[in-house]
Amino acid sequence: MLVPRLIPCLDVKDGRVVKGVRFQDLRDAGDPVTQASIYQDQGADEIVILDVSATPEGKSHGVETTWNVRQVLSIPLTVGGGVRDITDARALLDAGADKVAVNTAAVERPELLTEIAGRFGSQCTVLAIDAAQYESGWEVVVNGGRRRTGIDVTSWVRDATTLGAGEILLTSWDRDGTRSGYDLDLIAAVTSAVSVPVIASGGADNSRHLEEALGSGASAVLIASILHDGETTVATLKSELLAAGQEVRP
Amino acid sequence: MSGVTVVPTGTANIASVAAAFRRLGADLRPAESANEIRVADQLVLPGVGVFAAAMGHIDEHRWRRALVDRIQAGRPTLAICVGMQLLCEKSEESPGFSGLGVVRRTVTRLPQDLTVPQLGWNRVTPDSGCRFLRPGWAYFANSYRLGSVPGGWVGAITQYGGDFVSAMERGDVLACQFHPELSGEWGSDLLGRWLDGTRRRF
Repeated sequence: MLVPRLIPCLDVKDGRVVKGVRFQDLRDAGDPVTQASIYQDQGADEIVILDVSATPEGKSHGVETTWNVRQVLSIPLTVGGGVRDITDARALLDAGADKVAVNTAAVERPELLTEIAGRFGSQCTVLAIDAAQYESGWEVVVNGGRRRTGIDVTSWVRDATTLGAGEILLTSWDRDGTRSGYDLDLIAAVTSAVSVPVIASGGADNSRHLEEALGSGASAVLIASILHDGETTVATLKSELLAAGQEVRP
Repeated sequence: MSGVTVVPTGTANIASVAAAFRRLGADLRPAESANEIRVADQLVLPGVGVFAAAMGHIDEHRWRRALVDRIQAGRPTLAICVGMQLLCEKSEESPGFSGLGVVRRTVTRLPQDLTVPQLGWNRVTPDSGCRFLRPGWAYFANSYRLGSVPGGWVGAITQYGGDFVSAMERGDVLACQFHPELSGEWGSDLLGRWLDGTRRRF
């Protein structure tokens, strides 16, 4: 049977891994090639790189980083951050990404999902969503969480999968960087709304949290700060999951 | 570096395949003519993308005959993902388009009640008669699949809503539904066995 994936996420800015809470107070956390390679050796099932560079020069680093990481990586690589059109997507795929994640640009122009999926296939079209909870429910936020869109998360994922998204990278804006556990209700709401795989993101502190997210319907879990801080490893998390009866790739 | 020829199917992202072969000391170069496809010592038919788009590209360049001939003859060919599906007659993904038809089968969609596409790692269990394939975990990214191993081939089975063919081999032809280039050390070892096992002996 298909087993759930543990996916370390590297936020990369101007060619360097950075970390911070909700993209604030970014600190340098190393070289992406070295980090990706370490996580691969620890048993990572896939790597996600999100380029948070704000400038055009930073963007060209993103393509170069993708190429450099691909040379050492024999597991899947998803790259996102600032993908605006099919040209951006193609540049990342040509550099060695296996999937591209689109976020704000898809909210502004949903047909982008159809364009990427039509050319490269749904299996390489990932919709990244930042979801924030309000009284009215979960709402899509963009521009690094600074802007509310008024769009309901579950209706957006339904539309997006119809348009061609083959996977959802679902980040809880409220939990991201807090280590208080994934937003399980959000995961359950999204996974019951669509039939494509959902990667849960935001809030992981320990293997119990991963287990909960998988139990709520996620196909994969994104992990970042607990790995970057060296508090645990993918191998440790996997052995803890196995001990708890959750099958993973050895 | 030794050279491996790749069929540029237009839609396919070959950077990951190229990187995997480079780590094994082999350089991947795109074929530019039907004749190159016909005579290549070792050929890769990659596969990211849509069945119809890949087949359309092959027909537009008149590569069909060269591909069919070399696969029928069992010449060293590695077909990956959609590349493996192209060996079949047709696919539910692209009704009305004909595949290479080397395998008289139809590629069908994974059952509706599953999470589709199948994206992730799954267990591969090969027949004992396989030359290249070994048991292990492979990375899959597919919504369509071949239901059972065709006659004349030996293969490997994987489960996702029932059994499907995760890979098959015949002569020096190896076809994988999974992505060996993304399947870690196990995948790299498989590529290495195919590369070494099908290299022309002088």
